Amino acid sequence: MSESAPAGLRVGDHAFFEGLDAQLLREAQRLASERHFNAGDWIVRDGDPATAFFLVFHGKVALEVATAEKPHLTIQTVGPGEVLGWSWLVPPYLWRLDARALKPTQTLALDAVAFRKVLGAHPAQGFEFLERLLPIVAQRLENTQIQLLDIHGL
Amino acid sequence: MASEHFARPAPPAQVPMAPVPYEVRSQTAETDDTATLVLAPADGTHVPPARPGQFNMVYVFGVGEAAISLSGDASDSTVIVHTVRAAGRITEAIVRASAGQALGVRGPYGRGWPMDLARGKDVVLMAGGLGLPPLRPVLYEMLRHREQYGRIEVMLGARTPKDLVYYPEIQSWRHRADLRFQVTVDAAGRDWYGDVGLVTARIPDARFEPANTVAFLCGPEIMMKNSARDLEARGVPATAIWLSMERNMKCAVALCGHCQYGPDFVCRDGPVFRYREIRDRLSCREV
Ligand SMILES: Cc1cc2nc3c(=O)[nH]c(=O)nc-3n(C[C@H](O)[C@H](O)[C@H](O)COP(=O)(O)OP(=O)(O)OC[C@H]3O[C@@H](n4cnc5c(N)ncnc54)[C@H](O)[C@@H]3O)c2cc1C
Repeated sequence: MSESAPAGLRVGDHAFFEGLDAQLLREAQRLASERHFNAGDWIVRDGDPATAFFLVFHGKVALEVATAEKPHLTIQTVGPGEVLGWSWLVPPYLWRLDARALKPTQTLALDAVAFRKVLGAHPAQGFEFLERLLPIVAQRLENTQIQLLDIHGL
Repeated sequence: MASEHFARPAPPAQVPMAPVPYEVRSQTAETDDTATLVLAPADGTHVPPARPGQFNMVYVFGVGEAAISLSGDASDSTVIVHTVRAAGRITEAIVRASAGQALGVRGPYGRGWPMDLARGKDVVLMAGGLGLPPLRPVLYEMLRHREQYGRIEVMLGARTPKDLVYYPEIQSWRHRADLRFQVTVDAAGRDWYGDVGLVTARIPDARFEPANTVAFLCGPEIMMKNSARDLEARGVPATAIWLSMERNMKCAVALCGHCQYGPDFVCRDGPVFRYREIRDRLSCREV
């Protein structure tokens, strides 16, 4: 992993933040630092404190769950324009899965603890932000439902 | 109400219920439980003309018969191709059939995909699992007359990488410049570098002009329902979305009522239906 920032990634250029309140964008940019990962690098580990909110700009990330039978089961991949994780918004603020770069991956990592405070201090913008994030949670839920139903095996 | 998207197909030339003897030319395993069979008429004649989206009743002597979609090139009059998953007694017997074995075939039946309506439009093909075989003839036809269609976006979902059928062919489609072919699986191990997630999650990334798009969907019902919902949310009219409904079937000639789907018989009025006409039925638990 490296923290060099040659590309000059900006929060406002990420699809997730497109059209969100300008003040919120400025605050988010202030809390953002670039994180670059090589293929195979861990980005987050299950059980670790969820202290960052990652915006993926380039590359691909695998979200993995580990069980004794299946130590590396990828349940979702996240690519450019997508975001990684909401555990930083849900107590006890610990990651619930592993995330690993599948390719060289460039992200902006927002300081999640500080960003949570920003959202709390600006409820209207915070709500707008949550409205963006919830569909991603819903999609994960739908994915889980489909995996449970095992529909393709019908 | 029956779909009126195009003329009801002429009944097959043969006596509707009598299977014609075919010989298995080859059997190729696709996955653990799925195989592709190439069949040719045992008497050396041509196969009856068929359209993408139609199906045959394939009869295993002494076992029974099952509805199986055409999954080969519809313009090939020498052989028919079926990809079959061993789901029960009959399909298991079909999957196990080996080269030289005789099978009975009657058909083709049903209304296929409305190819005419797709001409001049962007085309979205969405398949879940074994939904790809009934869409493969569409792809063959469109690639043969590539200039007649706009952008072609294919989105394929499968349970795991090892459940993907036509794997080598998928690789070659993915390398083409005149087509976009996205593959996603529900879950994967470390040996998979592709996308993991819902096939519907690929829709925002797909390139098509919603108002000028025709979408053909085939797969598990919940996958088609969610995909149609998300395509409509992106602006594709409900009248331009088509679904293939594979219901349990017996006679295939609209006599027995086995495949009744609301007011329609899937064998005669389907299996391809317009989303707008069946949307309400998709939400029902039992139709
Ligand atoms: C228009 C149409 C096209 C089809 N195309 C193909 C194809 O290309 N390849 C293929 O492998 N199968 C296809 N099927 C499904 C196939 O006809 C059934 O899997 C088969 O009839 C099951 O018979 P069986 O004796 O092997 O299993 P059974 O013992 O009768 O059934 C095994 C399991 O499959 C379920 N089942 C039975 N029929 C269907 C059905 N129509 N759809 C979903 N589940 C069913 C049963 O409820 C049961 O759980 C198609 C069905 C239709 C109606």
